Amino acid sequence: MALHETEYKGLLGWVDQRMPTLMSEYKKHLSEYYAPKNFNVWYIFGGLAITVLAIQIVTGIFLTMHYKPDARYAFESVEYIMREVPGGWFIRYMHSTGASFFFIVVYLHMFRALMYGSYRKPRELIWIFGCLIFLCLMAEAFMGYLLPWGQMSYWGAQVIVNLFAAIPRIGPDLAVFIRGDYVVSDATLNRFFALHVIAIPLVLIGLVVAHILALHDVGSNNPDGIEIKDKKDEKGRPLDGIPFHPYYTVHDIFWLGLFLIAFFSVVFFLPEAGGYFLEWTNFNPANPLSTPAHIAPVWYFTPYYSVLRAVTTPFMWALGLGVIGYGILLYFTFRGTLRFVSLGAALVLAVFMLPLSPLALDPKFWGVVAMGAAVMIFFGLPWLDHSPVRSMRYRPQWHFGLLMAFVLVFLVLGYFGLQPPSAANEIIAPVGTLLYFAFFLLMPWWSRMGEFKTPPDRVTFHPH
Amino acid sequence: MNRIKNLIITLAAVLVGGLAAGAQAAGGVTVPMDVFPAARTKDLAALQNGARIFANHCLNCHSATLMRWNRLQDIGLDERQIRDFLIFDPNRKVGETMQISMKSSDAKSWFGKVPPDLSVIVRARTTFDYRGTDYLFTLLRGYYRDADSATGWNNVVYPNIAMPHVLWYQHGPREATITRVVHGDKGSERVVSVYDVDGKVTVTRTPLPGHPPESIEARFKPVDAEQARRFDEDMADLVAYLAFMTDPSAVDRKRIGVWVLVFLLLFTGAAWWLNRTFWRDIK
Repeated sequence: MALHETEYKGLLGWVDQRMPTLMSEYKKHLSEYYAPKNFNVWYIFGGLAITVLAIQIVTGIFLTMHYKPDARYAFESVEYIMREVPGGWFIRYMHSTGASFFFIVVYLHMFRALMYGSYRKPRELIWIFGCLIFLCLMAEAFMGYLLPWGQMSYWGAQVIVNLFAAIPRIGPDLAVFIRGDYVVSDATLNRFFALHVIAIPLVLIGLVVAHILALHDVGSNNPDGIEIKDKKDEKGRPLDGIPFHPYYTVHDIFWLGLFLIAFFSVVFFLPEAGGYFLEWTNFNPANPLSTPAHIAPVWYFTPYYSVLRAVTTPFMWALGLGVIGYGILLYFTFRGTLRFVSLGAALVLAVFMLPLSPLALDPKFWGVVAMGAAVMIFFGLPWLDHSPVRSMRYRPQWHFGLLMAFVLVFLVLGYFGLQPPSAANEIIAPVGTLLYFAFFLLMPWWSRMGEFKTPPDRVTFHPH
Repeated sequence: MNRIKNLIITLAAVLVGGLAAGAQAAGGVTVPMDVFPAARTKDLAALQNGARIFANHCLNCHSATLMRWNRLQDIGLDERQIRDFLIFDPNRKVGETMQISMKSSDAKSWFGKVPPDLSVIVRARTTFDYRGTDYLFTLLRGYYRDADSATGWNNVVYPNIAMPHVLWYQHGPREATITRVVHGDKGSERVVSVYDVDGKVTVTRTPLPGHPPESIEARFKPVDAEQARRFDEDMADLVAYLAFMTDPSAVDRKRIGVWVLVFLLLFTGAAWWLNRTFWRDIK
């Protein structure tokens, strides 16, 4: 069989003759991947997320060499890594800091998508892969958090696994199935270890590859939210596109430097980050006989934890009536049978929600549903957003105001999720939860309202 | 640019609002913690004195099973000093960790609970409201005689603490005045309990108008002020040692960290220049 025609010399030519994929993929994804030239600082977080993923995998491998997934030794082995293993503290603090920075970076990455409409057609699949990555990340963080086997590890896992017990009929058995025991125990620790170090990372890496391949097939969005592929030169290259390598590699390396300064400032000088990255209570070994006074998840889960805690019996009135109201709204929006289906579905849901109904389910169950829905609702964004333009730059100013209000609600829920229950929070969490869902569920209506500007033909770019 | 500015303003507003709300929400009435003199964690003589007090008075009820004896070389002791002056059991070696001989079943019957391991106690006792060092510094100096308690001692930081005042003979006798504002069935009142040096208590109650927040405060009057002052110094040294033990790599960590940041600043500077040079092509 004849060898592949090659344009390269030497070793590269030799390889190219035998494996043309190497250079063709290099071109496709780096040197001839044309990215819009008007990326701003919001576009650094995808690359940073990959960097943090790499940090987590490499430090994770080294941690696994010394960590003991055994309820008797787990806590000690983590301290052993920090005290006795040469450089162990460095590896462990990078891993624990990396967990929090992963969420910081991913939340900012998602905010960018919301701001510039990056999930809109034809990028729905990129967005779905991204949401799946976010789900995996949450599972990965939750299971990893059990491994140090401190008090918060133990009781946090206890609380979260118990949530599954709220599912009617199958719940209690499901919770036992997940734990492998009637309480969180050595069996739970071992399976969480297996899932944390291999199962979820495998899925995560696969999804990251799918996310990037899907991105490179349709091309990147940009702050103007217009398609650079609509305007091409005679060679078929987008006029406003520049090769990812070298232009965005040098650009991203500069921002990576700034990121690493922030990252290593925490690792070396503030590894606990005031109790937010490493919770103080978790320096007490797990004790199944003593529940901590206050159990709170790590900061990146607290907005969802707030949603969970918001759902109490009085709140079920608001939720049930809200669902009926939404059904009525859909009834007047849709035509044909769909209008009856949606109203009917809303009424059926409400029957299981409203406290006086004989079929009402435990608010705890609805709390779990609301928490799950608060995460899953991100999947729906490409179909909820009906704005005629993608980018907030050309949408009415108040659209951006609503987005910022949503961010504010997210942060307030997150803050109160860290706090012990209080009178103020009894009002703030339910109101925040309703606003959180209203932002998404009313988007099909509000996103097409107001005065839109016409986006330019070519991207807005000021030479450096 | 305007959007970014709005974003920053909004975030700042959330933060300020949140912190204010949090300050109100923080429940659980405790005495205000004294401030541990943090500079002492950098003072080798203080750390060594702390280690001496720790080995003499804390170890053997408490353990520090995560701490290796010869790690004390980090605070300037050599192996001979550690062996001769700090390890009392001839069967133990400097390469071992600070294990103890007391059985936990014995501890339970003697104290009602197993004394906690102290390896990471400073971190374990830190909260969002105070540092573990402040807590321990206040706790160790918060003992007073209480004739009604099982051990004859009580503590303002940890009421009905199982641990007796081990260092009472160094601390010297003190009179304690504990002032509480409590919400009872009949409204708020101020309860002042004065414990004399023998632990006999005199309580005076005054009803308070309105609904002042609950609080607890303690004042101590030592018989020998100079002795109590020396005790405070020793406790500061002990807490400095505990802080060292909770994270022995901290000194190395910060020393290396400076060089890492210096490197990253140079790296970022070079990357900035590289970025600028490449992007000159893009019109």
